[in-house]
Amino acid sequence: MSKSLIYGLLLSVLMVIAPHASHLPLWVSSLCVTMLLWRAYLTFSGNALPKRWLLTLITVASLGGIAVNFYALFGREAAVTLLMLMVTLKLLELRAARDAMVLIYMSCFIVITNFFYSQSIPTALYMIATLAVVVTTWIHLHAPNIALKPRLRTAAILLLQAIPLTLILFVLFPRIQGPLWGLPQDAFASSGLDDKMAPGSLSRLSLSDAVAFRVNYADKPPARDQMYWRGPVLWHFDGSTWTPGRTIHSVAPQFTELDKAVDYSVTLEPHNKTWLFTLDMPDKISVPASLTHDFQVLGKEPVNSRLRYEARSHLGFHANVREAAWQIQRALQLPPALNPQALQLAATWRGDGANDAAVVRNALSYFNRQGFQYTLEPPPLGVNGIDDFLFTTKKGFCEHYASAFVFLMRAAHIPARVVTGYQGGEFNYIGNYYIVRQSDAHAWAEVWLSGQGWVRVDPTAVIAPARVQTNVAAAVPNETAALPFMARMVSNPPAWLSNLRLNWDMLAFRWNQWVLGYNTERQFAFLTSLGMKAITWQNMAIIMTSGIWLVIGLFALFMLRHLFARQPDKVQAAWLRLCRKLAKAGLPRAAHEGAQDYSIRIAAARPELAATLHDLAARYIALRYGAVQDEQAQREFLQRAAALKI
Amino acid sequence: MSQSLNNVIKQAEQIILGKPQQIRLALTCLLARGHLLIEDLPGVGKTTLAHVLACTLGLQFQRIQFTSDLLPADILGVSVYQRDNEKFEFHPGPIFAQMILADEVNRATPKAQSALLEAMEEQQVTIEGTTRALPAPFFVIATQNPSYQVGTFPLPESQLDRFLMRIQMGYPDAQAERGLLSGVDRREIIARLSPQMESTELLALQQRVKAVLASPALLDYIQAILRHTREAARYAHGLSPRAGLALLSAARAWALLDERDAVIPEDVQAVLPGVVNHRLQAIGEYSKQNNGTLVRELIEAVAIP
Repeated sequence: MSKSLIYGLLLSVLMVIAPHASHLPLWVSSLCVTMLLWRAYLTFSGNALPKRWLLTLITVASLGGIAVNFYALFGREAAVTLLMLMVTLKLLELRAARDAMVLIYMSCFIVITNFFYSQSIPTALYMIATLAVVVTTWIHLHAPNIALKPRLRTAAILLLQAIPLTLILFVLFPRIQGPLWGLPQDAFASSGLDDKMAPGSLSRLSLSDAVAFRVNYADKPPARDQMYWRGPVLWHFDGSTWTPGRTIHSVAPQFTELDKAVDYSVTLEPHNKTWLFTLDMPDKISVPASLTHDFQVLGKEPVNSRLRYEARSHLGFHANVREAAWQIQRALQLPPALNPQALQLAATWRGDGANDAAVVRNALSYFNRQGFQYTLEPPPLGVNGIDDFLFTTKKGFCEHYASAFVFLMRAAHIPARVVTGYQGGEFNYIGNYYIVRQSDAHAWAEVWLSGQGWVRVDPTAVIAPARVQTNVAAAVPNETAALPFMARMVSNPPAWLSNLRLNWDMLAFRWNQWVLGYNTERQFAFLTSLGMKAITWQNMAIIMTSGIWLVIGLFALFMLRHLFARQPDKVQAAWLRLCRKLAKAGLPRAAHEGAQDYSIRIAAARPELAATLHDLAARYIALRYGAVQDEQAQREFLQRAAALKI
Repeated sequence: MSQSLNNVIKQAEQIILGKPQQIRLALTCLLARGHLLIEDLPGVGKTTLAHVLACTLGLQFQRIQFTSDLLPADILGVSVYQRDNEKFEFHPGPIFAQMILADEVNRATPKAQSALLEAMEEQQVTIEGTTRALPAPFFVIATQNPSYQVGTFPLPESQLDRFLMRIQMGYPDAQAERGLLSGVDRREIIARLSPQMESTELLALQQRVKAVLASPALLDYIQAILRHTREAARYAHGLSPRAGLALLSAARAWALLDERDAVIPEDVQAVLPGVVNHRLQAIGEYSKQNNGTLVRELIEAVAIP
């Protein structure tokens, strides 16, 4: 086995296992690297491979290590780790072509395991590159005489030839619902909104530029300051943290729409919670979900894979105009004996005999006039958090304002609650959709006014109108350095960068929609749109099989045509038959042996054949290499060649 | 084939003992209008071969001994001021002959080497603005010592390519050596040699080489050889199209020497070592093999289509 082949195998294995380094235990990664380096050194120096007992020892130790590390030898993590160690160990007993084949097959298999951990476009591209290296090495194994460049070319051709088969399998192979391998813990862990809100929880979230969801509006999108994506509604306040409190699902919400409906579709990234985000106020949704009394849309189970749904909302509404008394009581709950100054302030507003709407106005103008600041890094607050914020620090993020506002409203006997969710989003003018990131997380308030029901009030809009009109970056111009790259970019990007970014996001969006999100329904819809009537498993299997055979058949035909084109002519065929006849008699012609040399050699070995063969060779040479083209000569040669008896 | 060509071969074989293959290859080279490079140790008969060929073929013969202080003017000639008629008069250098023996070509500086090689390529020389045609036929036999010897400037690959063939003389076998030792002094015999051919006849033969038939099947074979050298991992570079042309014309000449009017694969195989030897370089694990093995493996690796 040549050194270059071994180096090729080492490169293949390295490329295959490299992406796993990020999640394998450190000892596994370092053991793998050590064995790769060891094998490279042995190849370089030409030393002998390690003894069998040593390899056995390492294998047993690795198995023990995996068992201790994962408490198992099976399951995804343990199995992948096991494969990593085995493939690198196999390198150390790489002696014959058979071992190389095993390594190549293992590499092909391990390539797939990378998709357990990431299914992004870069991963897919990397895997294609890896596959190209593996296939190139494979070709090297079978055809060691071909130089690197034609070898790469052949590998590229092979991979290109695989594309039609891949497409057929991708489109037609039956889909399985749920995330890959269907285990809940396999859902991609990601940060997102919580059902609790404490000072700092949203400002921390706003430091993430991860995508929360993407939105396509069916028609014209609403104004930006109308884009309130409703998430958890929080009723209960313990002095520092807001929680949903006791949740009641039995009471149906009442809803009067005042406005035209907005239709849109949302592609929600997995967040492991049941909330499905919709615009205020949701009316319809295309997936099974329930609408709670406080207008949260809850899915049947946690969203642990990317979910796409269509929804309809009304931006103008009267919600729960007649509210049950006990709900009003929940919306007036206050933590006992805290924040006396705030209670005092609310009492003064109420003391003037003002009505509810006037109190709300008072509160908003208070925020507007008293020098409040919108900031990502508010100072810490004490036990009387609301008092500290309202009268001392006066610096906060949206959760501070929402929290303080609701507290003040409740103190003034106006039913109020905190709503969290997302606000705004970035318009991708290339793909014509909105990207809503974690950095768009927001909290606002709702107050219940008699005759109007629950009305949205966003104190943040008063203090930092830019937050609602544009985005966070515009609202905190001095602190953008703290913001994540993607959220920061929004404020003032150069055109090319912005285009690049939006193009990339669109590509990722399409990839999610059409490649990763190609589920049973999409498959069904796609096949129907292709004109397929009866979509059953049997039909799909038949089409898939025949499609694959069709492609293979086409390739085979193409190659055979190539062969037929090189089909030897009659003279050549007769000559080759003659050679086979002689080969049977123990006098095979070497492939590079010319007719003249061959006849001389045979004449020496079998003098009785000399005359006949010299004659035949001369005729053959004259017909094949000479100017003789006449039919007569050809016929004579064919007859004599056929007549030869040995 | 003409009787005279047979006589040429016969006469040469009488003097250069035990080297029929080298004589045939040298003649092939001459008939294919190429130039010949002989590479071997001093004293194996390189010069004698050139001398014998020149005498037997009746060509004007000039020998240029290459040394490290040889200048281009020493090869091409120089204009000298004549007092009598008050003019510069051109004194042609040794290059103006039909057969040149460039002895130990790798001992000269690259400047002098390229003067010779350009003349070989162009079949003419330009001196002081005047282009002067070289005589026809024009045939250069260059000899060189293996380049690892001290004080040599090995020809670069691009210039090696100008030679149609590079051959080696090799030691004579025991019988030939005995003949050499017991026989008359070679120089005396050469002095007595009579030309067996007119130079016009040689030119006619060179024309006939071009008419030797190369059938599509044969061209397939040559292309297969070229393709193999380009695809196989063991060669630093594949053979160039020029090498392919060289191979074809050498094979034609060889076929003519063999009294055939069509080229057969055996002709290609016969000239292949001489033609590709100096054009192919092994790399990696194969570089330790000597070039003979390399070419033999090339022949064996390519099936005749």
